[in-house]
Amino acid sequence: MDVLLEYLPSVMGGIWTTIGLALASVMLAIFFGIVGASFKLSRNLTLRTIGGIYTTVIRGIPDLVLMLILFFGGQIMINELGDATGLWGYVEISPFLAGAFTIGFIFGAYMTETFRGAYLAIPAGQIEAAQALGIVPASYLRRIIWPQIIPHALPNFTNNWLVLMKTTALVSIIGLQDLVYNANQAGRASREPFLFLMVSFVVFLGLTILSDIGLRRLSRRYSSR
Amino acid sequence: MDISLIVDNWQLFAEGLWNTVWLVSLSLLIGGLLALPLALAQAYQIPVWGRLSFWFSYSFRGTPLLVQLYLIYYGLGQFEFIRESFLWIFLREAYICALIAFSLNSAAYACEIIRGAICQVPQNLIETAHAIGMSDFQIMRRIVVPIAYRRSIFAYSNEVIFMLHGSVLASTITIIDLLGAGRKLNAKYYVTFEGFLTAALLYMAIVSLISLAFRMIEKKYSIER
Repeated sequence: MDVLLEYLPSVMGGIWTTIGLALASVMLAIFFGIVGASFKLSRNLTLRTIGGIYTTVIRGIPDLVLMLILFFGGQIMINELGDATGLWGYVEISPFLAGAFTIGFIFGAYMTETFRGAYLAIPAGQIEAAQALGIVPASYLRRIIWPQIIPHALPNFTNNWLVLMKTTALVSIIGLQDLVYNANQAGRASREPFLFLMVSFVVFLGLTILSDIGLRRLSRRYSSR
Repeated sequence: MDISLIVDNWQLFAEGLWNTVWLVSLSLLIGGLLALPLALAQAYQIPVWGRLSFWFSYSFRGTPLLVQLYLIYYGLGQFEFIRESFLWIFLREAYICALIAFSLNSAAYACEIIRGAICQVPQNLIETAHAIGMSDFQIMRRIVVPIAYRRSIFAYSNEVIFMLHGSVLASTITIIDLLGAGRKLNAKYYVTFEGFLTAALLYMAIVSLISLAFRMIEKKYSIER
């Protein structure tokens, strides 16, 4: 137990980094998801193709591979671009930003499918009726479509969030000091790896249970309306 | 991008491809064999075993695969009684640890898929089978399990792709899988894109093969709802 107390600050710091990263990533994922879904639902063929490529490629490549490409490759590309244009000097991307961006980008593809499915679940007659009444698109999107997308998208959103939270563990591989990284380090230093890895196992399980209960309650509130 | 680098090192990628393929296939096989008894224990609410199966499945689905892999590879070595037992011959091998972690993870997901399918087998089929005098075991073996399996095909195809994506973590514990081959190439020639992009393309190729295979299986075996 003394060992646990000794490394408690570092483990707690890791937990906050993990939670912060998960929240930052999910915001980005929602953003990419909305953009992706509007591309895929667009009447414009080019936009639809871009949306299609986005979701297919992301589904095909493992998340860690994408993360390594974006983290190491992105760094090089940004610096080469800076050199070529002379607009900026040497930039070093922080693992937090790279991690949040990559996870957001990956789950944006899954959110695209979630939002697209939720949109398609709304009867087309409603949109036609709104058009017939002369309501402008900006207005019916905000007041008719959007309020219905949320309850339709919620079950899938819950799944995506649960997977996203677990995916944040990968950032420990690119050196971000999240829960897994710090627990692993503490385990090595104290020669009790099982204990500290078990702590991170239990914390992740706790986060999953909390999200599961919370989001299920939210979904019940929407469906009882 | 230097294509000749990739062509010259094709053997490295062939080795990686082979390791990825057998690790994933064997894990899916072991996971699939474990999943049926686990799912039955839950679906038939067998005392103790049902609850154990639920918590096994929930905790392995609710925590990152990376943590599970680290727990087995780094964690178990902490205990002297394990290091001194004959098990250590296996447990100090990275391959065996990866195989154990992937199999348990896959068993947890497959268990949930099959359990869900078993619970959705129409009640009237079971009542009919009772009425013509089949025993409970016969009903399970001849009615419930075959129907549940056929209804699980689509969900299981996602689990197979998910397992392939998860298998890249093997490269973090020294195994030369596809990503491991990419990382080795990058480190050897001090490049960034060649190794990662080759790995990414090969992963995408495997994913499309899996999707294609499952589409054919589904056409043959799935039942319309």
